[in-house]
Amino acid sequence: MIGFQYSRAQDVADAVRQIAAEPSAKFIAGGTNLIDLMKQDVERPSRLIDISRLPLRSVEETASGGLRIGALVPNADLAYHPLIAQRYPMLASSILAGASAQLRNMASTGGNLLQRTRCYYFYDTATPCNKRVPGSGCSAIAGLNRMHAILGTSESCIATHPSDMCVALVALDATVHVAGPAGARVIAFADFHRLPGDEPQRDTTLQDGEIVTAVELPERGFSAHYTYLKIRDRLSYAFALVSVAAGLELEGDRIKDARLALGGVAHKPWRDPTAETALRGQPASQATFASAATILLRDAKGYEHNRFKIDLARRAIVRALTQAAAGTPQLQSSKKIA
Amino acid sequence: MTTYIGTATSRIDGHAKVTGTAKYAAEFNAPHLAHASVVGSTIARGRIARIDTSRARSVPGVLAVLTHQNRPPMASDDSAYKDDVAPEGAPFRPLYNDRILFSDQPVALVVAEEPEIARLAASLVRVEYHVDLHVTDVHRQRHSTFALEPVERLDDNPFAPPPPRGQPEHSLASADMRHRAEYFVPIEHHNPMELYASTVVFEDEGRLTIYDKTQGVQNVQRYVASVFELDPSHVRVMSPFVGGAFGSGLRPQYQVVLAVLASLSLKRSVRLVLTRQQMYGLGYRPAMLQEIELGINAHGALAAITHEATTVTSQHENYYRQETGWSGLLYRSEHARYAHKLARLDLATSCDMRAPSAATAVYALECAMDELAVALKLDPLELRLRCYSERDQHNDRPYSSKGLRDCYRRGAEAFGWSERSPEPRSMRDGTELVGWGMATGVWEALQVPIAVRIALTANGHAEIACATSDIGTGTYTIMAQVAADMLGLPLDNITVRIGDSTLPQSPVEGGSWIAASVSNGIATTAQAIRAELLHLAKAVPGSPLRDLAPDDVVLLDGRLVSKRDAAHAVSIADVMRHGGVDRIEQEKTASFHHTGAHSHNTHSAVFAEVKVDEQIGIIRVTRVVSAVAGGRILNAKTARSQIMGGVVWGIGMALHEETLIDHTFGRIMNADIAEYHVPVNADVHDIEVIFVDEPDGIVNPLGIKGLGEIGIVGVAAAIANAVHHATGKRVRDLPITLDKLQR
Ligand SMILES: Cc1cc2nc3c(=O)[nH]c(=O)nc-3n(C[C@H](O)[C@H](O)[C@H](O)COP(=O)(O)OP(=O)(O)OC[C@H]3O[C@@H](n4cnc5c(N)ncnc54)[C@H](O)[C@@H]3O)c2cc1C
Ligand code: SF4
Repeated sequence: MIGFQYSRAQDVADAVRQIAAEPSAKFIAGGTNLIDLMKQDVERPSRLIDISRLPLRSVEETASGGLRIGALVPNADLAYHPLIAQRYPMLASSILAGASAQLRNMASTGGNLLQRTRCYYFYDTATPCNKRVPGSGCSAIAGLNRMHAILGTSESCIATHPSDMCVALVALDATVHVAGPAGARVIAFADFHRLPGDEPQRDTTLQDGEIVTAVELPERGFSAHYTYLKIRDRLSYAFALVSVAAGLELEGDRIKDARLALGGVAHKPWRDPTAETALRGQPASQATFASAATILLRDAKGYEHNRFKIDLARRAIVRALTQAAAGTPQLQSSKKIA
Repeated sequence: MTTYIGTATSRIDGHAKVTGTAKYAAEFNAPHLAHASVVGSTIARGRIARIDTSRARSVPGVLAVLTHQNRPPMASDDSAYKDDVAPEGAPFRPLYNDRILFSDQPVALVVAEEPEIARLAASLVRVEYHVDLHVTDVHRQRHSTFALEPVERLDDNPFAPPPPRGQPEHSLASADMRHRAEYFVPIEHHNPMELYASTVVFEDEGRLTIYDKTQGVQNVQRYVASVFELDPSHVRVMSPFVGGAFGSGLRPQYQVVLAVLASLSLKRSVRLVLTRQQMYGLGYRPAMLQEIELGINAHGALAAITHEATTVTSQHENYYRQETGWSGLLYRSEHARYAHKLARLDLATSCDMRAPSAATAVYALECAMDELAVALKLDPLELRLRCYSERDQHNDRPYSSKGLRDCYRRGAEAFGWSERSPEPRSMRDGTELVGWGMATGVWEALQVPIAVRIALTANGHAEIACATSDIGTGTYTIMAQVAADMLGLPLDNITVRIGDSTLPQSPVEGGSWIAASVSNGIATTAQAIRAELLHLAKAVPGSPLRDLAPDDVVLLDGRLVSKRDAAHAVSIADVMRHGGVDRIEQEKTASFHHTGAHSHNTHSAVFAEVKVDEQIGIIRVTRVVSAVAGGRILNAKTARSQIMGGVVWGIGMALHEETLIDHTFGRIMNADIAEYHVPVNADVHDIEVIFVDEPDGIVNPLGIKGLGEIGIVGVAAAIANAVHHATGKRVRDLPITLDKLQR
């Protein structure tokens, strides 16, 4: 833990101004990830710019029939928001699959997007880690990598993005609204998180000085046929080994449209349009689901301890699509797999 | 009279705990309290080459940075560091010299005005090392172990491998069926809720009052006095409340040494609280590799048992327990051989953790028995009944009592075991495979000499004092219950004082021995109180008790009453008034004479139901029945809690717990309770606890056996066996994670 300055942002413009003036500063929202990392000396900000009181706490309907979620809406409030529960139950479910009730009360929408990997080595400053110290090496590739990625890895990093909420957001085609020194812009969710490549220190495409102000959902919520299935090492309060967000639109027993995204398998929530294409127009059958899984996992690569994830992901995809098609989504309050 | 003993009495300290008035080691304050923070080594083995503390010292508010180079003097002899329960070897000495024995070993201590300043400065200490090669992988070290010598008689060293019996090799060779397998349990950590902490109050003339998280205040008191060569009467150690310890607090931990070091150096009061991550640099349950072979003849009697274990210890001490002998208590077999080897790793010394050795060794034994039953196509419970041993075969003697048959019967009934269909994968519930498994548990009923002081006042209040601790098990409450019954007073009139090294002698609280020991201690002292009261009562003119002996009277409702005629009674208040005293005080030591004629053990039968999603492999432990024979139950409520806690921990042992070490760095990588998994509420479903009647007039006068550890023994095996029954997959290395079901 290092000494740091603390200031409060008056408004979004002030937050941007403050961080532009001091690039080694960091925003703090719920603090549930940042404070832990600071205690471990992983994050060493010179200043915390507290954005938690900015007026970004509302969930509003948009002109195009979607919803705009302020970056500071707590995870718990979002999951239980009536409009989310009704129209985007996949999102509500994914949030409730994550962390614990206490953490969800503190955690913010923006913070959830920007939470960092749970790779053990990233947390331990006594070990090399390219994400923490670029160029120092990746300890996980030949180390404890049971939790690590099977898709989109690079020789510099095989970490996963740990969020559950983001898996549903990418499946739902959400967008991220940001503000920065150069003004505001909107980023497609699939482009928000990045693959490690040779710059694993960069988790997202957010530019220096930018703040997330909102997440926007388009109209379609796949509320009739959806699921969020999270597979983990205990029945609650553990990060995903593999998770699947699935949404289907059915016409009879044919799939008219499909969304499919995976968590716990890559440096970003993983969505692959070719797998969705393979589902469209097909009967909602086990064979269809299995072939979509095969397509989605075609480039999957395991490491010493996480090879099992490839087969697990395949089974989880099939199961999740089965749940979605049957209209029997996984309930997060029940630990029995639906 | 037993008004309170045996009843479901709520904790007398419950109110203080939930309202926050019960204070723990890190919550005591002192004027000018300074705060310390530990710098841990980043390597697992080597020497410190250089420590640069300049940046840390320049932080405003830093008072000192202590290292092995500038610390105050400490004793130089190994023996000075031997606490009451230290294993053989050279105990670790914090900040003693430049040697690194394990990763995260303390290498410097920063003391500052505020905890945050101390922690900041600690991050600025730079240490350079001469690195040596380390080994932290028991699998790599399994062929460079050293064997413990079996003993002729277990009484000589109860932790050594028991003597062999008969001709096991020969008998195995001629057995009708054999089962041989290897089982593995990884290193596990205790993870008590309360962080290790010491608050050292520096008083006049350098006297120290130390609030410490420990299971033995007098152990810490002796140890601190010895390490710092202090006048023992100048060191007082207090631990009124402990937020769990599970064995990790039996030995004094390094934070108390460091806090005292800082206090002596600054002549100031100092507090040191370890971080959750640093707690993983303390002791742990040793990893255990085990090979078991069982041979059986056609009529279902065991022909022979061999049990070989390898467990883990540090480079500097030999920690081990009785790892291999449990089968000699449970199953009749004329032929047996036991072997136990230790693997030295560059880690802190392993230590006791709830039911040390039994939790791990009985796991393997009971899985092996299950495998044998499957091979024989015999009901696993039936196999155990056929092999049931009425005698402890190591010492060739009977048990003071053994209610295990009742445990099997009542547990099976409550669980509905007779409905089990024997074939693996033959029971299901929709998409889930259902498995039913069972296992046996066994532990020791130990007792230790202990002193209790009782002060009874004329208004019918009593204070019970003993230097034992309540590590969360409910010791305060059972002591009050026993005292209330022995003194014939209402529970509310009893005050219990424990956790203070100045109180009457008590050994560390461990081994499940305190409940039995302290209860009999209270009974012994209460007897002396009664005798003294009777003596005074006889002096009262016209006393109705004049002709009676101490054994002829009882204390009841604030009166001394003749057992022969309840009308003959005098009140305590009257007796004391006549005698001209307003309080009576007695201190007695209860010691337990073990004649060697019987073995003293507790037993259990554990039945578990799991449901496993067939496609995904998610395991849910939907039901556990634990039937326990634990002698006389002092408090039905806290006893049930103990067993439930043990079952929950057993679920964790079976499915979740594992300390993950990166062997390249020799570091523990999941050193926090987000990544070190223990069961959460969602993992715990129905748990039914049954206590079978087990009267025992031999073990001790009150017939108490203790319940602290038996609850966990056998649980992991019952679950592993249930997982096999559900899935047909035998996973022999814990924890059973879903990927292992896929291999
Ligand atoms: C024990 C534990 C278990 C957990 N389990 C899960 C789980 O199972 N699933 C899961 O999904 N999550 C889990 N989490 C993670 C949790 O969801 C995140 O910690 C939380 O969402 C972060 O939100 P926050 O507001 O607290 O972020 P903070 O900690 O305040 O910030 C996190 C990061 O985001 C940045 N930031 C915050 N807001 C903004 C913004 N508006 N614009 C730009 N940058 C911003 C901060 O600078 C910081 O770098 C767990 C966390 C813990 C501690
Ligand atoms: S996987 Fe990424 S985060 Fe983990 S050690 Fe390698 S570089 Fe660091």
